[in-house]
Amino acid sequence: MSWITLTRARPARSLWPVVRRSVLGLALPALLLVVWQGICVARLLPLYILPSPVAVIARFATELSGGQFGTDVLASLARVLKGFFLGSAAGLSFGVLLGLSRWAERLLAPLFLAYRQIALFAWVPLLSMWFGGGETGKIAFVTLSAFAPVVVNTWRAIRAIPDSLNELGAVLTFDRLDQISLIALPGALPGIVTGVRSALIYAWLATVGAELFLDIAPGMGGRLNEGRDKFEIDLMLVALFVLTGLGLVFSQTAALIERRLVTWRLG
Amino acid sequence: MNSHVGNCSVDHLIDHLAFEAIGVSPALEIDHVSKTFRVGGRSLEVLRDIKLSVRTGEFVAIVGASGCGKSTLLRLVLGLDTDYEGEIRLEGQRVRRPGLDRGMVFQEHRLLPWLTAAGNVAAALRRSGLPSRERKRLVAEHLTLVGLANFARAWPRQLSGGMSQRVAIARALVNRPRFLLLDEPLGALDALTRLRLQDELARIVHRENSTVLLVTHDVDEAVFLADRIVVLQPDPGRVSRIVKIDLDRRNRDRSAPAFLRLRDEVLDVLGVRHTAREAAA
Repeated sequence: MSWITLTRARPARSLWPVVRRSVLGLALPALLLVVWQGICVARLLPLYILPSPVAVIARFATELSGGQFGTDVLASLARVLKGFFLGSAAGLSFGVLLGLSRWAERLLAPLFLAYRQIALFAWVPLLSMWFGGGETGKIAFVTLSAFAPVVVNTWRAIRAIPDSLNELGAVLTFDRLDQISLIALPGALPGIVTGVRSALIYAWLATVGAELFLDIAPGMGGRLNEGRDKFEIDLMLVALFVLTGLGLVFSQTAALIERRLVTWRLG
Repeated sequence: MNSHVGNCSVDHLIDHLAFEAIGVSPALEIDHVSKTFRVGGRSLEVLRDIKLSVRTGEFVAIVGASGCGKSTLLRLVLGLDTDYEGEIRLEGQRVRRPGLDRGMVFQEHRLLPWLTAAGNVAAALRRSGLPSRERKRLVAEHLTLVGLANFARAWPRQLSGGMSQRVAIARALVNRPRFLLLDEPLGALDALTRLRLQDELARIVHRENSTVLLVTHDVDEAVFLADRIVVLQPDPGRVSRIVKIDLDRRNRDRSAPAFLRLRDEVLDVLGVRHTAREAAA
């Protein structure tokens, strides 16, 4: 029997209000595009420094039809998802431990807080020595980047559950497992979801970083490097736009999942 | 005041003799219980030398001004706090921790917002060891008992305060506890809902034949529901008097002269009746 029913269907909303709200937000990018094209047409900058939007779109089409690009996108996606899931799962377990056990908190919290002081990218050299600059090293880095945000948010959210509910668990003679599954996890869910969302952002950041700084392999970061090495700015711009698009898809999906999953907030 | 205390001791003695005569220990025995909190390095005495014996099936109400330790006493009976002097025994056994033999209703309903009404009631059966079919039957039965059979799948946020508290009552009863502990269960409800739920509580408790300890600040509620009323006085909380309510429990009229007399008696002990009368005049 499932004790926790999370989702409920909502009526589909019309797209029009969304479009209307977005018009102003899209106006500035459209203007910039026009200005950009104007600069190129007027030859204010050499084209090898700033290729025109039309040229960038053409390059995008070439990359798509060449078949190479799909491989790159998939390679990056595979990395971000692997690292994200590994890091989130580890972070969730660690966060639950810190949130539920005062003993674990006293033992582990200082170490964790010290670890948090280390800038993410400072791990790159060490991880590349331990795991190599290949796939394992990259995923290790992504995993590490997804870990901390989930830990912090899960830990904090479990600590924020009102005493009255924990007391209820005691009155109902819940054991540790009941306390976790019926009170701590659902009570902390809004916080956990927030943590997982930022983990996704960090994981994406780390994926591109790993591809830029570690061994060359298929992936969006690799294409950015290639663009730099070959002095093909149109390729670099295409890669940046694709990264933007994928990032937007990620954050929108995460927001949607959050809305569906979290129908309550405590306090 | 001295004579009240004297009355109380005599009551206590008579209860004791009665229990000894039939050779059983009382259902609930609060035996010289004192409780002191440490607040910022200073000690604050909240309960002093509380003595109370409750018979099986008896309904005892505890009334008193706020801060007289009523709720603390319930927490001790629940076993949520075992750091006190004296002893609390349930059927002769010392209370050491919470148990399913005690059902509890708090002032706030404390429903879990991520579970439906039925899920919240079922949560109390988590540790019952009953098979799943039996649990479902018990949940349905108790939701029906509190008049919410049609709201089994409703979420707490969809329920009114009164309905939420009914679910909380069903949750407290679903394990068929021998003791029902109520901590101002109707205190947060509007007057009309409160009266209606008092009627229902009377009916339910009669049906389940539980031994009940009700903490309330509503004297009418206490007189309406209880067999005995324990009046506590504050600073520190101690028994100032025990009033027997010898009215037929199944058929109490809130405006009958006997009812009003008992209510006034309790209010007198609480020291508020006089002022109430002056205000009315």
